[in-house]
Amino acid sequence: MVDMRVRIGEIELKNPVMPGSGTMGEGLARVMDLNRIGAIVTKTITPDKREGCVPPRMVEYKDGSLMAIGIPCKGPDHYIEEILPHYRAYATPVVCSVSAPTVEAFGQLAAKLSVPGVSVIEANISCPNLEQDGKAFGMDAEASARVVRRIKESTDRPVWAKLTPNVTDIAAIAQAVEAAGADAITCANGMLGMAVDVENFQPALGNITGGMTGPCMRPIILRMAWQVARAVKIPIIGSGGMATARDALEYLMVGCSAVQIGTINFVRPTAMLEVIDGVEAFCRRKGLRAARELTGAMVPRREFKEQQVA
Amino acid sequence: MGSGAHVNDSPFPVAETLCPVVANDWVNDSYKHLILDAAHGAIHAEPGQFFHLLCPSIGENVPFYRRPMSIYRIDRAQGRLEFLYKIVGRGTTTLAALAPGEKLNIFGPLGRRFDFETRCRHIVQVARGVGLATLAPVAEAAGQLGIRTTAILSARSPKHLMSIEYLRSTGAGVISVTDSEGTSGVEAVEDIVRGLIEKEGGDFLLTCGSNRLLQLLQRLGREYGIAGEVALEQHMGCGIGMCFACVREFRAPGGGITYRRVCWEGPVFDIQEAVSW
Ligand SMILES: Cc1cc2nc3c(=O)[nH]c(=O)nc-3n(C[C@H](O)[C@H](O)[C@H](O)COP(=O)(O)O)c2cc1C
Repeated sequence: MVDMRVRIGEIELKNPVMPGSGTMGEGLARVMDLNRIGAIVTKTITPDKREGCVPPRMVEYKDGSLMAIGIPCKGPDHYIEEILPHYRAYATPVVCSVSAPTVEAFGQLAAKLSVPGVSVIEANISCPNLEQDGKAFGMDAEASARVVRRIKESTDRPVWAKLTPNVTDIAAIAQAVEAAGADAITCANGMLGMAVDVENFQPALGNITGGMTGPCMRPIILRMAWQVARAVKIPIIGSGGMATARDALEYLMVGCSAVQIGTINFVRPTAMLEVIDGVEAFCRRKGLRAARELTGAMVPRREFKEQQVA
Repeated sequence: MGSGAHVNDSPFPVAETLCPVVANDWVNDSYKHLILDAAHGAIHAEPGQFFHLLCPSIGENVPFYRRPMSIYRIDRAQGRLEFLYKIVGRGTTTLAALAPGEKLNIFGPLGRRFDFETRCRHIVQVARGVGLATLAPVAEAAGQLGIRTTAILSARSPKHLMSIEYLRSTGAGVISVTDSEGTSGVEAVEDIVRGLIEKEGGDFLLTCGSNRLLQLLQRLGREYGIAGEVALEQHMGCGIGMCFACVREFRAPGGGITYRRVCWEGPVFDIQEAVSW
């Protein structure tokens, strides 16, 4: 028997596999047993009601997609009354993802959503900061830290900071949110991209730009997870391009304590179960007694020198 | 068999299933008819629902996401699912290459079904192109319940008309109109629909596949106070309400416009709430 439990700060998960925010929903309960996954991560909630981006919302590539969905949301009351009850039936902890246009609104929203049934607040700081000309909070270390600090003041739940990959130095952002009190870091959200519908001389997405996600992104986000792991002591949850157990093992070995499976849920709805079973089988094959032994288990090659990564 | 809803009491009624291909034959120069040997769960499908098909990758055609395909026929007796599709893009191109004996990964059944059983005595359905595939199973289910169906089929030319025999075999009346014969104009179809409502007791309107026909049926539905439904299409990501990629515009009950997911709130919608495109 492999011990699949992992600890993310003060909370323990029965295994290290969970969905990325916005890539699962109540519909998944019709397909598989949500008691099997490590956590339920709900789609980002905003303080206001939003319809989301104008369609088209999706461009497909061979190994991933560009999506501009824009966080459609019916507000926090709807979340508490209509969405959360769907997950009461499960013993799996719920991670509630939040986003807001100002630091103060982040704090108020996190307080409002710290209700029974919510175990963790994940701060999605990839959204535009209205106090800084719409530049994403997550692109600025100081703004990221302010959001985390404000949320920590307003809730007793562990706070995970979900970073954006659209930065030059992700380690610096990671250190800033760690110093601000984040209990863990989720690395990372979608990478900004765009596409043109040349036939019609138009942007392919209604929103012009969108988030690039899926397997094609894995090498880049994996590199970021590794950089973050070397920069902070708090646990890291990898998120980017995982489709199989092998992919998840990469993230665990570079230093993640858990992983979020995103886009591939749309193609293979039971992908998370395959990842859980595959990680367990790998541990058995390698003679590991616990999945947590995988975290940071990558050993450097002998000749590795820092200059070589430049 | 064949009466009302087929309740699937499994805790996980939506599943991925590997189905052997029984046949995948051309119907005309752009449509194919796919017949799958469907395992136990997949056959719990209802008219209007769809399956999300994992189309194979061939050469440069690598469809990353699944492709939604509405059910053309549910043959419970033989345990088969049938699809009628037009080859338009990467997904349907590789789907067309499937040979009998090969297996296709299907996910479903998904989406909201047509809701007609207790609402009408004579369904008037108007379909253009591939919309026919979506409406055909209603005719079969209605026939088994003793509900009359008249299907108005619109196509480019007589050789593009499909399924006339199948529809007749369900007991439906079939009226065909075509562009090449000059019988498919909106005014001509309007006259036919008015006749069916005024003289034949037509009391439920269904459509799929044409913006002009949707607008026509919305107008006539309002004028006569008759209910109806429309099945809509949209590019989809997950097919099960999670990604919000497949939204379209709808009239919100309180006024204004709202987005709804075609895969989850639909693909069958109230005909008056749909916004034509
Ligand atoms: C359709 C879609 C919607 C998403 N919605 C959210 C969201 O609401 N909040 C969030 O923090 N991340 C969101 N994400 C990002 C994912 O949670 C995940 O971090 C990202 O997709 C990278 O992982 P992947 O390559 O496995 O998909 C979304 C991604 C997709 C594709």
